[in-house]
Amino acid sequence: MADSLPDPLLRVENLVRSFGGIKATDNLSLDVLPGELHAIIGPNGAGKTTLISQLTGQLTPNSGTIHFAGRDVTWLPSYRRSRLGLARSFQITCLLPDFTAADNVALAAQAHDGHSFRFWGPARKERHLREAAQAALTRVGLAKRADVPVSELSHGEQRELELAVALATKPQLLLLDEPMAGLGVTESARMVALLKELRKEVTIVLVEHDMEAVFALADRITVLVYGRVIASGDPDAIRNNEEVKRAYLGDQHVVVSHG
Amino acid sequence: MKSHINARNVIVALVALGLTLLPAYSALTGNIFILTLFTRIVIFALAAASLNLIMGYGGMMSFGHAAYLGIGGYAVGILAHEGIGSGFIQWPVALALSALYALVIGALSLRTRGVYFIMITLAFAQMAYYIASGLSRYGGDDGLTIYKRSTFGGLIDLSNRVQFYYLCLACLFGGVYLIWRIINSRFGMVVQGVRSNEQRMQAIGFHANRYRLVCFVISGTICGLAGALLANNTDFISPAGMYWTRSGELMVMVVFGGMGSLFGPVLGTIVFLLLEEVLSQFTEYWALIMGPLLLLIVLFARGGIMGLLGRLSRG
Repeated sequence: MADSLPDPLLRVENLVRSFGGIKATDNLSLDVLPGELHAIIGPNGAGKTTLISQLTGQLTPNSGTIHFAGRDVTWLPSYRRSRLGLARSFQITCLLPDFTAADNVALAAQAHDGHSFRFWGPARKERHLREAAQAALTRVGLAKRADVPVSELSHGEQRELELAVALATKPQLLLLDEPMAGLGVTESARMVALLKELRKEVTIVLVEHDMEAVFALADRITVLVYGRVIASGDPDAIRNNEEVKRAYLGDQHVVVSHG
Repeated sequence: MKSHINARNVIVALVALGLTLLPAYSALTGNIFILTLFTRIVIFALAAASLNLIMGYGGMMSFGHAAYLGIGGYAVGILAHEGIGSGFIQWPVALALSALYALVIGALSLRTRGVYFIMITLAFAQMAYYIASGLSRYGGDDGLTIYKRSTFGGLIDLSNRVQFYYLCLACLFGGVYLIWRIINSRFGMVVQGVRSNEQRMQAIGFHANRYRLVCFVISGTICGLAGALLANNTDFISPAGMYWTRSGELMVMVVFGGMGSLFGPVLGTIVFLLLEEVLSQFTEYWALIMGPLLLLIVLFARGGIMGLLGRLSRG
């Protein structure tokens, strides 16, 4: 076929992860195509963060495989996956609190700029690292807050910084774990606008509770319930899927407008 | 631009100047005791500064740092005992053995975190202590007298008090300068990043433990140098010098001065050893005063002396 689908950038097959008796990830399979924004939604406790953590290597699965860019990464530690181009933002902001915003981003750039067994030259004076940091901060709208310590940034700014840090690793695939969590209305709108820009450049997996954002952004949506995929498809298909309505959308009374 | 003239920097500069001019004072007043005391202080300051590199900047609470003092010292003592008196051999051996010990201990200990890390470094240091006690050829429990200080082919005479003092001071200043370069380098940024948030550093692509381990080895090697100096200073080496209480004292010096501040351990060591010296003249229970003092510092001055000075500077 001439217009056959491209090879998936990320392929998850039969992934299982249980905690005690509970299967947080239950025989889960998932493909993410290059260039798409793939949203993962599901009620609380559906195992979304557990899935992301397995994708980035903070958790290892009990069984199943994860292929990234054609390579089996199931057992690679997270720092190796990051080098292959897999970046994540954390649901609960996970930054270096005693560093400035620019330092946080510059370190991410440094991690992907050769080894760091350099003991003599001052790292804060390496122009290209600082410039990379400034560029990433500018992208997320934090250019003016570069020299502010993370602990003094607002929650919304920290969420944006999370994104800048992930971007500075020059990822092929960006895994965003609830980037909108705890944001106000205007901040959320800014984040959505930002993601709309980013999706042109990088493949994104987006875990998000904000349905309006998800349906505005996603090319494809996968719905998780109790660690299992109950539906996967484009936003229209998901919107009209009876099982999804019952399991998730229905009881949240979410009204999703078209367009 | 921030002004660099503040209470903290002024005091640091004055202390550095004071240390540099101390031999002159000692010569003018004929007070030899103060020179001997401060030689000891300078050596311990180097050991504390090395501990601060992993404890303050790297977040690794090593409770076994005295082992390096012992290893550096025994390298000098044993070689001297076997008739090898040249510092050009003794000192590189002292540094290499300290580095090797740190590499092995670090590779094993760094698999653990928190209290377990403290306990495992303590356990290894105690092992080193008992091994030293078992070296019957080299005095065992009683220790080993060093009859001749390290020689450096006539370049410098370690038996000369002033020359030896300046050698120790050069090692201290050199060590602090090295640590300053390290903490501001790429490597140092990674180590401090790992202290701040290890998970984040892994997620952005750093193999955290590899950097930790190298930091651990650098710290141990610097402390091994302090051990070689200390053995020359006391002309004697014994297992007692690597007992766990000594490791504890080094930690106290660092906390006193201010963990994670460049010059803090130097101030901490000066204050600690001076207090010990003065208090022990009044009472043999000097630790009864030192203990509560440490408690006060930990409770009310979390950045130690440097932290207090920093607050003073900000007014």
